[in-house]
Amino acid sequence: MDETFKPSRRAFLRGSAAAAAGSVAGAAAANGADPLITELQDWASYTGAGVDETPYGMPISFESHVVRRNVEWLTASPISSINFTPIHALDGTITPQGCAFERHHSGAIELRKEDYRLMINGLVDRPLVFTYEDLERFPRENHVYFCECAANTGMEWAGAQLNGVQFTHGMIHNMEYTGVPLRTLLREAGADIALDKWVYVEGADASSNGRSIPMEKALDDVLVAFKANGEALRMEHGYPVRLVVPGWEGNMWVKWLRRVEVTDMAVESREETSKYTDVYADGTARKWTWVMDAKSVITTPSPQMPITHGPGPLVISGLAWSGHGQITRVDVSKDGGITWETARLGKQGDTKALTRFYLDTEWDGAPMLLQARAMDETGYVQPTKEQLRDQRGENAVYHNNCIQTWYVNAEGIAENVEVS
Amino acid sequence: MSKSPNIFIPALAGTAGILGVAFAVTSRDYGADKIRALETRMGQVEAQASAASEKASVEAQRAAELELKIAEVQAAASQRVASLTAPAPAVEGTYGIGRPALDEEVAAWDVDVLPDGRGLPAGGGDVFTGEEVFAEKCASCHGDFAEGVDNWPVLAGGFDTLADEDPVKTVGSYWPYLSTAWDYIHRSMPFGEAGTLTADETYAIVAYILYSNDLVDDNFELTRENFADFNMYNMDGFTVDDRPEQEYAAWRAEPCMENCKDEVQVTMRSVFLVDTPPEGGSDSVMNPASIDGLPSFTAAGPSFIPEAAPKPAPVVQKAAVTQPAAPDLMEAGEKVFKKCKACHQVGEGAKNRSGPHLNGLIGRTMGSVDGFAYSSVFAAALDEGRIWDEAALAEFLAKPKTYMKGTKMSFSGLKKDEDLAAITAYLKSYGE
Ligand code: HEC
Ligand code: HEC
Repeated sequence: MDETFKPSRRAFLRGSAAAAAGSVAGAAAANGADPLITELQDWASYTGAGVDETPYGMPISFESHVVRRNVEWLTASPISSINFTPIHALDGTITPQGCAFERHHSGAIELRKEDYRLMINGLVDRPLVFTYEDLERFPRENHVYFCECAANTGMEWAGAQLNGVQFTHGMIHNMEYTGVPLRTLLREAGADIALDKWVYVEGADASSNGRSIPMEKALDDVLVAFKANGEALRMEHGYPVRLVVPGWEGNMWVKWLRRVEVTDMAVESREETSKYTDVYADGTARKWTWVMDAKSVITTPSPQMPITHGPGPLVISGLAWSGHGQITRVDVSKDGGITWETARLGKQGDTKALTRFYLDTEWDGAPMLLQARAMDETGYVQPTKEQLRDQRGENAVYHNNCIQTWYVNAEGIAENVEVS
Repeated sequence: MSKSPNIFIPALAGTAGILGVAFAVTSRDYGADKIRALETRMGQVEAQASAASEKASVEAQRAAELELKIAEVQAAASQRVASLTAPAPAVEGTYGIGRPALDEEVAAWDVDVLPDGRGLPAGGGDVFTGEEVFAEKCASCHGDFAEGVDNWPVLAGGFDTLADEDPVKTVGSYWPYLSTAWDYIHRSMPFGEAGTLTADETYAIVAYILYSNDLVDDNFELTRENFADFNMYNMDGFTVDDRPEQEYAAWRAEPCMENCKDEVQVTMRSVFLVDTPPEGGSDSVMNPASIDGLPSFTAAGPSFIPEAAPKPAPVVQKAAVTQPAAPDLMEAGEKVFKKCKACHQVGEGAKNRSGPHLNGLIGRTMGSVDGFAYSSVFAAALDEGRIWDEAALAEFLAKPKTYMKGTKMSFSGLKKDEDLAAITAYLKSYGE
């Protein structure tokens, strides 16, 4: 490091701290009385909205920018496309359904509960048809799980691409599901549940999006879900019934679930051959890469969430998750991975669900290279982009769980970068 | 746990205090009466004290018992909570919910085809037939030779590109099983009219796609019988997930916390800056900034603080504080048209895709675009000379299948009046 830069750094810090103190209301002595306090405000005098003004409430208008967004040029048509959860603007862990990302292969369909049928057939003693009402008569469970598209962060393999955590990491949501364990339905039909068997699941939409799931997983924690965060699923998430495949890639969470077939081999459908297979540098590909490995990302500060308050106390916050179980630790670096500090978990991580982390720190106003690194209960440590590329090359598209870097400059503006 | 016995300690201490006072009194030299009286008093106090201490010990015992009881209750309660959060109960046997699936129902839905060809219906089709069907039903998106139009998927070519920087993954170059192509096309294509291809058409199309990939001759016919003999080009190109061996073992080490690197440099900046307008969506523009002039980092911090950092255009979101201005119909219409874009083009140079081009629509005779193969209901409308006006368009777009019974436009309809108004304004802007 060049010594001559040091004095100017200190001088700069002094300067920017002083400037910041002036600009941040309430940080120091107030510049005269605040009219928001001393003057009678309309909202403190007139009455507000009555009950029932919005029978189903939407976020207040000031929050109307916190919405899903797509990147049009990524796909040929919005009917077979993707948009992204505004994770930069959320806190805690639960994703409200209305802003949880969507991915459709033939558009979101409107399917009434009355028109809903679920068939179980194949290697079963009793091929069965269930109505929606039937499903509600089986014992059901509640679980919080993350759903991450295998292509989340997929744009970033070959380099830093999109400037916003919503776009680099927003193909994820985390909800509390209510549903019937798939094993209950398999048992009801008298399925052959030998562990070399598979279930093939498909949706009622035009794409049908069929996927094969090995029996061991089907008997483990897969849910046939009909509620999320306490209310009916949204159309775009598969109303009235979707499959929940905890910890595994989102494409397997078949929406508008209409059929479960027990088979003696994987169907090798388009979604598990042409797509959702990971091409290595040598041109061979990995298939059946179902589990989403441990991953984390800082959501604030991030390109859409610059630091606006100047130097002083700063909360660095983000999300961590693992398809292998619980998140046990998240470390944060402010210098691009030279030094790491262990962050505080908002609460003990649920298995296969988002965990919120915080690093409560002091910002001196100097640039930072922010990174987060997750560890899960298996001891797995989230890899760097370098480690992933060494293993897999740059064309894998799917399963990019690399450590993400944000460059935060002295003004507090953050940008998606790659580091040595 | 040990809280409850403590409650009795102040009681015992009180008794001891009384005793202490009594003993102190006996040491004084008073008259015999006084002494007798005091002895009596002392007897009383002692009796009282011993009664109190007995009471205390009984109470302590009672407390210990209660303590035990509490522990029991707590244990029972925690067991009850555990059983409350247990998985849904497993019953022996079944619940008897649901009804048997009928054979014809299973036949209707169970159409998947396995890699070994099980599930294929009887039939066959040749390359020539396939070329015709493909031109009619697929080429508008995938190109006459399956080479892909615009952003739509490429289905042919790309051989020996899988190890390149931009691998071209097509049915020919990448797909390991032919069954996948048959199954997917039969159930999910054409996009917007899934499930309408016959078995023979599907055999023919698949034969044609193999031909476009130079994998068969032009006289090839694909049938259920010769299906399993066909080996795909990339059939050995896949390995089953081996992350556990290749990666997990090595990536479970305790991570480094300090001095993990000597120096860190920014090697690349975001290619796209993304603007997020209040009305939704996003606009991305190339980031002009370079990595020159950014500090490097060591354990001591950044090498310097760039005063005039080349800052990216701010991507700070503007909250829509005021109500959005009355929505511009044209803009709204352009948005609605995204729902039509998969099948229709409009504007200069618009061609027929899987639907006819929509230039000069209002005032146009229904079913009248040259070179587009309409369904019979549109052919009939043409014969009757029916004209598209705003009302007819709105009615059609609200419920295409009701307004034009038998139309091959696979579109469920626009539900909102404002969408109908917007799309009409938008289409009108391309001529009346
Ligand atoms: C309106 C445009 C359109 C038409 C017409 C169309 N397709 Fe497609 N096709 C698509 C889209 C969009 C996808 C990708 C769907 C997705 O993302 O799931 C696709 C995907 C495919 C794929 C898989 C490509 C891959 O690499 O995974 C095949 C094969 C295919 N189409 C064949 C056909 C055939 C055969 C026809 C005619 C019978 C046809 N398509 C008609 C739009 C179209
Ligand atoms: C999945 C493909 C598809 C989509 C999506 C679609 N259309 Fe169509 N459209 C067609 C086809 C195919 C026809 C021809 C209908 C026939 O022959 O029965 C058609 C016909 C029409 C016609 C009649 C044209 C004429 O020449 O008489 C109009 C108008 C039209 N579409 C408008 C729209 C609009 C507006 C939208 C979007 C809101 C839309 N379509 C969405 C496929 C589509």
